[in-house]
Amino acid sequence: MSTQQRSFFFNVDWLTVFLYLVLCTIGWFNIHAAVFDVNHPSIVDASTNYGKQFIFICVSVVIGIVILLLESRFIAALAPAFYVVIVLLLILVLVIGRNVGGNQAWINMGGGFRLQPSEFAKFATCLLLARYLSGTNIRVTEPKSFLTAAVIIGFPMLLIMLQPDTGSTLVFCSLIFVLYREGLSPYFLVIAGLFITLFVTSLLYNPLYIILILAVITAFIIFLFKRNRQLIKTVIIGLAISIAFIFSVKFIYTHVLKKHQTERINILLGITTDLKGKGYNVNQSKIAIGSGKMWGKGYLHGTQTQYSFVPEQSTDFIFCTVGEEWGFAGSLTVISLFMFLILRVILIAERQRSPFTRIYGYGVASVLFFHVVINIGMTIGVVPVIGIPLPFISYGGSSLLSFTMLLFTLIKLDSNRKSNV
Amino acid sequence: MNKFFERRYVVTGIFIAIILALLGRLYYIQIVDDKYEIYANSNVRRTTILYPARGPILDRNGKILVQNEPIYDVTVNPKEVKPFDTMLFCKMIGIDKEGFDKRFTKAKKQSPNTASVFEKQLSVQLYASLQEKLFEFPGFAIVPRTIRTYPDSVAAQFLGFIGEVTDRDIKRSNGYYRLGDYIGVTGVEKAYENVLRGQRGVQVQMVDSHGVPKGSFANGALDTVPRSGERLTSSLDVDLQRLGEKLMQNKLGSIVAIEPSSGEILCYVSSPTYDPNLMVGRQRGNNLAKMYNNPYKPFFIRPIQAQYPPGSSFKPLSALIALQEGIINPSETFYCTGNYRAGNRIVHCNHGEAHGTVNMARAVAESCNGYFSMVFQRIVDRYGVKNTEANFTAWRNNVMKFGLGARLDLDMPAESRGNVPTPLHYDNVYHKGGWRSSTIVPLAIGQGELLATPLQMANLECTIANRGFYYKPHLIKAIGTKNVIKKEYVEKNYVGIDSGYFEPVINGMQAVVENGTARRSKIPDIIMCGKTGTAQNPHGEDNSVFVAFAPRDNPKIAIAVVVENSGEGAHWAAPIASFIVEKYLKGKISPRESGITVDYYANANRLPDLSLYAQDLQKERRRDSIRAAKVDSIKKFKADSIKKFKADSIKKERRESAYSNKPANWIKSLTGGRARS
Repeated sequence: MSTQQRSFFFNVDWLTVFLYLVLCTIGWFNIHAAVFDVNHPSIVDASTNYGKQFIFICVSVVIGIVILLLESRFIAALAPAFYVVIVLLLILVLVIGRNVGGNQAWINMGGGFRLQPSEFAKFATCLLLARYLSGTNIRVTEPKSFLTAAVIIGFPMLLIMLQPDTGSTLVFCSLIFVLYREGLSPYFLVIAGLFITLFVTSLLYNPLYIILILAVITAFIIFLFKRNRQLIKTVIIGLAISIAFIFSVKFIYTHVLKKHQTERINILLGITTDLKGKGYNVNQSKIAIGSGKMWGKGYLHGTQTQYSFVPEQSTDFIFCTVGEEWGFAGSLTVISLFMFLILRVILIAERQRSPFTRIYGYGVASVLFFHVVINIGMTIGVVPVIGIPLPFISYGGSSLLSFTMLLFTLIKLDSNRKSNV
Repeated sequence: MNKFFERRYVVTGIFIAIILALLGRLYYIQIVDDKYEIYANSNVRRTTILYPARGPILDRNGKILVQNEPIYDVTVNPKEVKPFDTMLFCKMIGIDKEGFDKRFTKAKKQSPNTASVFEKQLSVQLYASLQEKLFEFPGFAIVPRTIRTYPDSVAAQFLGFIGEVTDRDIKRSNGYYRLGDYIGVTGVEKAYENVLRGQRGVQVQMVDSHGVPKGSFANGALDTVPRSGERLTSSLDVDLQRLGEKLMQNKLGSIVAIEPSSGEILCYVSSPTYDPNLMVGRQRGNNLAKMYNNPYKPFFIRPIQAQYPPGSSFKPLSALIALQEGIINPSETFYCTGNYRAGNRIVHCNHGEAHGTVNMARAVAESCNGYFSMVFQRIVDRYGVKNTEANFTAWRNNVMKFGLGARLDLDMPAESRGNVPTPLHYDNVYHKGGWRSSTIVPLAIGQGELLATPLQMANLECTIANRGFYYKPHLIKAIGTKNVIKKEYVEKNYVGIDSGYFEPVINGMQAVVENGTARRSKIPDIIMCGKTGTAQNPHGEDNSVFVAFAPRDNPKIAIAVVVENSGEGAHWAAPIASFIVEKYLKGKISPRESGITVDYYANANRLPDLSLYAQDLQKERRRDSIRAAKVDSIKKFKADSIKKFKADSIKKERRESAYSNKPANWIKSLTGGRARS
């Protein structure tokens, strides 16, 4: 027993745990700065959000330890059950959920705490996806398997979209990297990239010019590869689909997207400016980060932060506090920590003998990556504002807990990499 | 390991590339682009200008002429307002419910989270009662401010007033003033603006996103403390000023009294005047409009802006120049036939009355036009008729040394020059060489083109009183608590007349008061030397002028009084001047042998009939335009003769009505008496 125990702790990836704890601590201090209350200056005062965050961190660490003590076998086995529970909760939230800020995403737990099932849906989906794809004879390249995987990902997406929580819905798109790693055709990535590019450019410029440019490029490719009929066919089909997409952008924009979404995109692309209204948040956020310069204004000395110019600063816009009070040095530190964590997670995934752990690891890396890039990107105005938190740093129990479970499950699985699951 | 193993590099590559792009963007907005720092500062910085108290102004004896009185603005912060007894509140600050709602809505619109002015300028009494109950009205606060007040309500034209800056002021000040600032508009408030305004302070505060102050910026490194404006000590004597304004009420004209030994102006009356307190407070706008529309022009600063022909009061100066130039000997006699012939022009001596044999002193005392015309012609013709222009220029220069024809640089804005005609002027009117001493002989008796302001007339008396020099007249004696005196005010300005030449002239001036034209205005126990004058006035009856200084030896006061449209100098200007002089020298006014009293003069109404006055002004304006159009001389002659006819008839009317109203007997002896001075 004792030798097993030692080897278990020896196998835990302490570097990942360390990165996790550092990020949580950074988050806690920045929440302290973001919602600092002169009447309750103590960082552990439980009547404040930073005091609550401290409790969340403690609870998360305990949950993390509990996960490390679980049997690895249970994790894969329980994946479908967990998925079902989460799906039920997602349905339940649509019925009895509390509507906060236009999203019916919370279930009241009493005692001032609220549960956000969509945060845990990422975790459950990653688990089930890993479980399914690691099955024998399952290949993403085969349409049937691909469709099943797509349903596993798509079902919670649909339920979350009904809340409607666009941000959390889009997070699931990041799982395309998992499918890619497991053999999905690279065209999917190329097409996804192409569609995003076409969407943005056709909003900014006259669609006719874009079609003209695409036609020129197509002609050029055909000229270069005269002999390759297969390629020419593909390129021509691509062109046709692109043109159809460009013409549908206008329709999607006016009929599918909601008004606040189109407004956010308009502001991001500079089509409209409204610094006092719709664009206020991002503008103030950019001012906060931009005014931090190299070394920042110092802890609790950020004027934008302390004088509450940026709304939602402890949650979705927590990165403003980092940028303003700690400067570019702080931004660089936090982003580097995230990058190390994500790369470490990929490394962990790749060192597994078990496909389940590998696939799950890629899920973790993709979700983390998506959250970090979109969250920081929206605070500096390079992606539209979709309300998703910065992992481990943003204020919020559900978010912290779900990311902790996501990460510690991987650490647990990894600690058993030497034995077969 | 599986066959898609190498895809880990693609995924990792994409992740790293996107994260590096994010870092690049962060590097740009945090390090490269400086604009966000500026935005952040402008977000939180609120610069408040701290206004210093404007300097007070004292009279020469330390009595307060202008001070700052606290008033109270009620402010409201709509966010902090909780339910309260609205009716009681309205009653306390004297507004109704409707007014309350209107003000509250406005304040709410202006800024819902910060305090804005709810009601302006509460009196101390209202403030006191409101202050006690203020705790019952959460969200409301009282902010103290100051306004200018004038405890004695005197010397409005001297003090001037302040008003909000205009765009031009802002431009001229290179941005020192901001919209809504106050600046001296007229009078001493304007002249000493830089001293009175003090030094503004600045407080840089940090505010949160709701505009609520959160403490000082950079620990107050950018803050400065306001410094109050300097105190000014005026040369005016407030008691004398009050008496002067009382005597001049219901009259047009001015009094200027100067201390000859310093050039300090003791009394500076411009009539009609107004209560300077009307220029502050809530009714300021209405009052201003009323003043501007007043045909008697209370904003016209008569002591320095009105220009009158000095008339006979000019004669002592004529005499002095002649003596200095050696043209005449004081004892030399002249036989006055009542009509002095100068070329083909005849100068009448007061209704053609003959003075007989006069010497200089008598000529001054009896105001003999013939004598002074003779003296003037001798000066202008001294080196031959061919040198008329050079001789006249020399005479003109001598006159100008006395401060006539040019600004005296009084420490007040908007001073007039007066006029001493140039040879060029005569060349234009006649032609070069087409004028002689006889042509311009009216100058000898202070008529013609000669114009002087009351200030210049008083300064002339100072020069005579000092026997040959004057100090620059000024209204501000000392600046600040250290009583700084401007250097230019302690320098003597010599007029180029040896002191010995003054005695015969002064003898004559003494005789004017002792037994001459102004004998009714003799002051018991004080030797006053004066000269009456009757100056032609295009707007109606002649202006009554009197200039004097007293006592004869070691003079303490020099004075010039002009009462417009009132006829001879002896009737109105001289008695008024005598009261001022006596009040200043003795501190009280004793009963006069002649029986004249302050009350009589204070109560007399010498305002010209408004319709006639206005008509006259209009006519003059029309005449000016005709002149400008250079219409031929016949038309001009016609216009002149019509005007003269009208003026004569008005004069006659005025005199009749004026005298019939007068109960006092003594006036008859005056009017029936000797001469126009």
